Amino acid sequence: MLEIKGLEVKLEEEDKQILKGVDLSIEPGMVHAIMGPNGSGKSTLSYVLSGRDGYEVTGGSATLEGQDLLDMEPEERAALGLFLAFQYPVEIPGVGNMTFLRTAVNAQRKARGEEELSAADFLKEVRAKAKSLKIDADMLKRPVNVGFSGGEKKRNEILQMAMLEPKMCILDETDSGLDVDAMKLVSEGVNALRSEGRSFLVITHYQRLLDHIKPDIVHIMADGRIVKSGGPELALEVENNGYADILAEVA
Amino acid sequence: MALAKLKSDTTEARLAWVTLPTGAAWANAARADAMARVREMGLPTKRDEYWKYTDPTSLTDAGAGKAALFHSDEAALFDAVDRVRVVFVDGVFDAEASDDLTAEGLEIERLADAMAADIHWAKDVYGVLEARGQKPVERTLAALNTAMATDGVVIRATAKAVKPVNLIYLHRDETSDAVLHNLIKVEAGAEVTLLETGPAAARFSKQLEVDVAEGGTFHHVRAQGRDHERRAVTHCFARIAAESTFKSFTLTFNGVLTRNECVLEIVGDDATAHVAGVCVGDGKDFHHDDTVFVTHDAVNCESRQVFKKVLRNGATGVFQGKILVKEGAQKTDGYQISQSLLLDDDSQFLAKPELEIYADDVACSHGSTSGAIDETALFYLRSRGVSHDDARNLLTLSFLAEALEEIADESLAEELRDRLEGWLARHR
Repeated sequence: MLEIKGLEVKLEEEDKQILKGVDLSIEPGMVHAIMGPNGSGKSTLSYVLSGRDGYEVTGGSATLEGQDLLDMEPEERAALGLFLAFQYPVEIPGVGNMTFLRTAVNAQRKARGEEELSAADFLKEVRAKAKSLKIDADMLKRPVNVGFSGGEKKRNEILQMAMLEPKMCILDETDSGLDVDAMKLVSEGVNALRSEGRSFLVITHYQRLLDHIKPDIVHIMADGRIVKSGGPELALEVENNGYADILAEVA
Repeated sequence: MALAKLKSDTTEARLAWVTLPTGAAWANAARADAMARVREMGLPTKRDEYWKYTDPTSLTDAGAGKAALFHSDEAALFDAVDRVRVVFVDGVFDAEASDDLTAEGLEIERLADAMAADIHWAKDVYGVLEARGQKPVERTLAALNTAMATDGVVIRATAKAVKPVNLIYLHRDETSDAVLHNLIKVEAGAEVTLLETGPAAARFSKQLEVDVAEGGTFHHVRAQGRDHERRAVTHCFARIAAESTFKSFTLTFNGVLTRNECVLEIVGDDATAHVAGVCVGDGKDFHHDDTVFVTHDAVNCESRQVFKKVLRNGATGVFQGKILVKEGAQKTDGYQISQSLLLDDDSQFLAKPELEIYADDVACSHGSTSGAIDETALFYLRSRGVSHDDARNLLTLSFLAEALEEIADESLAEELRDRLEGWLARHR
């Protein structure tokens, strides 16, 4: 599904190398997790994959189902099936959540040469999916993320994911700012989307999210590289011993 | 003083072209008084404080510059609204193109007819509100309009009007220099909605005097046409009585030069006065100026000024807004926001927000910002599959939302929103 080879990235504005050769291969249907200390390059990886400005790729490649992601505009990557759940979802006053969702869904369908969803079909689908994420009609009507609590914003991200039905989902520190109940709700939403054709890359500091979204493979990232990969037990090791032991071991 | 002499010479040179229309004795007196005000104040120049950001030369020149006629495939605005249409072509009333001027709850007349009548309520409004609005800031072009205007419409709302009145200003002559003066009197408890649409003329001087009596409601929605070369100076003077509501919204597309002045005087307790505007301008020839003055002279009144501008390719926007709270105008709630979205480095926004408060129990706030599109929000939308241009337009509409929300009638707001979307889609 997602194939990253020797990816090297620096900041556009300053001469600072953030990613120093990342290799990662995610098969369809798999859930990978990336853990790592602050500043290891986890969020940069998610932004570079989704096409945010401000980064320069200096080496390596990233493909989604064989197609070169790095040359594409963010909206082209989205239409291809890439989705990034933001760590800090953006507030957009004056644009209704429903309008935004419908614009996004139809823009992607149009880009893929599919017919736009009718207003009635869209409404039916969004209501059903919102209900399972405990998003009420009021939240759907309100401007995008404006006045939403931390938990509501993250649930709204998952609702967008559910509506857009991407193939490759990247969750950037989705657990940040969530209490236990909200994390459970968000995780249930993500788990409901797990399927054979859909892969996930879960970026997190802490193991606790991975209690709810169980990964197949866990990677440890440090200083712009993946330094260790293993099964779910690797996340427990981090939880018990911190990053220091692992980093010392691979140094 | 040399400067004053120069100003008076310039004024006299301009006035040499002007002949005052004649009508009933009171009308002739009102025009003569207005002309005296023009002479006393002198025509504005760039040296005047209130014309520092906008060059009035092309508005005070003897003739209008040429403005190419603008053709659009778009349906006329508010076509679907059941309204009374009053049509002016290059500033001249067109009876054939207009609807029958009778409507429930309204008395509608031509200005010329009202000004010819020996006894008419217009006597207490025509030039009266304009004269009140000349202090503390001089608005000579409004006085000139009062002196010169021969055409316009005079509307008296006696009850809750069923249909809105739509003044439609058509532009057919490339050098037309139109002067229109409209009067509105909203009687106690009455209600009327005034719509104004169209480019009007190559150069357009337009004044609106609105007298809202106790408990009256006046809604005003105006869309200045999409023409590129039009020049306009408009004034709105309103006197707002107790428990009444005044709400005005203006949408401006393009134009070379537009100066919209709005002077509101709240004279009765518990009244509401809102004035809002959106302008979208493209190109270095675009210059749009909103100059607003709201005076609170009563207790427990609320006023709002909400102005948003989208400027691109070297366009210029100006906002001069003031809230004056007079002594004794306690419990005043005054709000003023002026913001611009600059879509490139060449466009500029000049703002002069002012508060002057002589009462101690008031809540007044004002703010002014100018900025670019939020890159993070842009990326957020694009990451969901929305194209760069569509995302930018969505964020532009998001920026304008607070001003559009000032339009009470949702279907009118929706129609203007659609026009804005169309404009944004065409200006990529």
